[in-house]
Amino acid sequence: MPQMGQDLEELVVVKGKKFFISKEVDLFFTGLYNVYKFIGHFFKEFFSLPFEFKEIINQCYQVGNKSFLLISLTGFITGIVFTKQSRPSLAEFGASSWLPSLIAIAIIRALAPLVTALIAAGKVGSIMGAELGSMKVTEQIDAMEVSGTKPFKFLVVTRITAITFMLPILVIYTGLIGMLGSYLNIHHNELTSFPAFLNSALKSISFLDISASIFKATIYGFTIGVAGCYQGYNATNGTKGVGRAANTAVVLSMFLIFVEEMVIVQFVNSIR
Amino acid sequence: MVNTEINIENTAAVISIKDLKKSFETNIVLNGIDIEIFKGENIAVLGRSGSGKSVLIKIISGLLKPDSGIVKVLGREVDKLTEQELQELRLKIGFSFQSSALYDSMSVKENLAFPLVRNRLNLSEKDINIAIESVLDDVGLSQTINQMPSELSGGQKKRIGIARTLIMKPEIMLYDEPTSGLDPLTCIEINNLIMEVQQQYNVSSIIITHDLTCAKTTADKVTMIIDGKFLVPGSFEEIFNEKNENTKRFYDYNFINKK
Repeated sequence: MPQMGQDLEELVVVKGKKFFISKEVDLFFTGLYNVYKFIGHFFKEFFSLPFEFKEIINQCYQVGNKSFLLISLTGFITGIVFTKQSRPSLAEFGASSWLPSLIAIAIIRALAPLVTALIAAGKVGSIMGAELGSMKVTEQIDAMEVSGTKPFKFLVVTRITAITFMLPILVIYTGLIGMLGSYLNIHHNELTSFPAFLNSALKSISFLDISASIFKATIYGFTIGVAGCYQGYNATNGTKGVGRAANTAVVLSMFLIFVEEMVIVQFVNSIR
Repeated sequence: MVNTEINIENTAAVISIKDLKKSFETNIVLNGIDIEIFKGENIAVLGRSGSGKSVLIKIISGLLKPDSGIVKVLGREVDKLTEQELQELRLKIGFSFQSSALYDSMSVKENLAFPLVRNRLNLSEKDINIAIESVLDDVGLSQTINQMPSELSGGQKKRIGIARTLIMKPEIMLYDEPTSGLDPLTCIEINNLIMEVQQQYNVSSIIITHDLTCAKTTADKVTMIIDGKFLVPGSFEEIFNEKNENTKRFYDYNFINKK
């Protein structure tokens, strides 16, 4: 961990138990500072040689493999349920034909990135927190350090890179699966053909929608990676600490995803 | 990675510690440790749980920073080194952890290859395989090459942990409780392995232990941490013939109570 963060923590906690504001507030800002240093360390190691390509590929596979089934299922169900729920409201105004457009906008702009990110936070973020936390408390990270290697590069940089790269791919996949679910429901009820559905859906989607969605997914992936790895890499207090690291990683990344969603939506709407 | 050779004369201390102090919040753990360890010398450090034995070797390896004092390893002051220099120095230090600390997601072969692949970039895959087979042969566990750590016994894990450090051909070995949690026969095997390593690799060692048999068998000198300070290091007999209540109780528990 960055030395400066530790020094600051010692200043706050150790020196006569004196705090600038209160223990909680001081520790909150110390924590923020440590995260800032953690991210700085990530970028420093990310651009330094040698690259851990093999491990990055392995982690990409792990991220994809761990979330693939769950994302397929939830994406498909989301598409069907959202279509079913939206139909009565549109039918009231005689606008059932707008259903593909509505679904496409909802899925591409909001549902696919959010659903995928929340599932990845629960599935992958918790595993990152638990894996690294377990390695930390069993001295495996210390063992890597004393063997003259860089555990941060091997364990943290590879994981954050993998999920940042993989989440946009998973979001695109969720979008497609969600649209498939929606099409099946619309076809079943309105007997709409696939070309007609596709034509209607694509007409309402702009390049900005797709690029904003991919941008959001990249930010969410980075957030999940940083939250999971930070909590795991700094786990203490044995198995209890490992559990807390996994739990905090999920809660924190889910909370941050919603905050980021709000900010990004505001930003994208302002340039639309 | 650049492998900087650190030359040291045989007469110079490979580890030199002066007035080392370390505390955690209000708990003073090390309170003025002084010691010099020379090339090929092996010293056992005894002490009660929480007396700071493991903290000492973590400071030597740069995992912890001292509050004050000077810690020199192979002539380099550990807490003054840059990250890169510390990484280079660590290649000369082998650290055998109490828990073995094998990477549990990797096989034995991958555990052994891990430091080698990242620090000896000029080695071919064939060279790496030869080094792995050789070091596994040295610790007598050639058959475990493709096993996972979860499939190994406690004694085997300790041996593989030692093998992982030996593969880098260290000049100094730091053993943290090498025989803890093992049955007496496995303890004998580990003690023999430590002695074989000392002879074959000509390393200087610090052996942190509660086990007096281990200390007596493997070390040239023995010392004990009492109230954050070392007893003057001496031979096993010198230390335990002294009229010191702490050493007497240690000795009595290990040898008299077991009779």
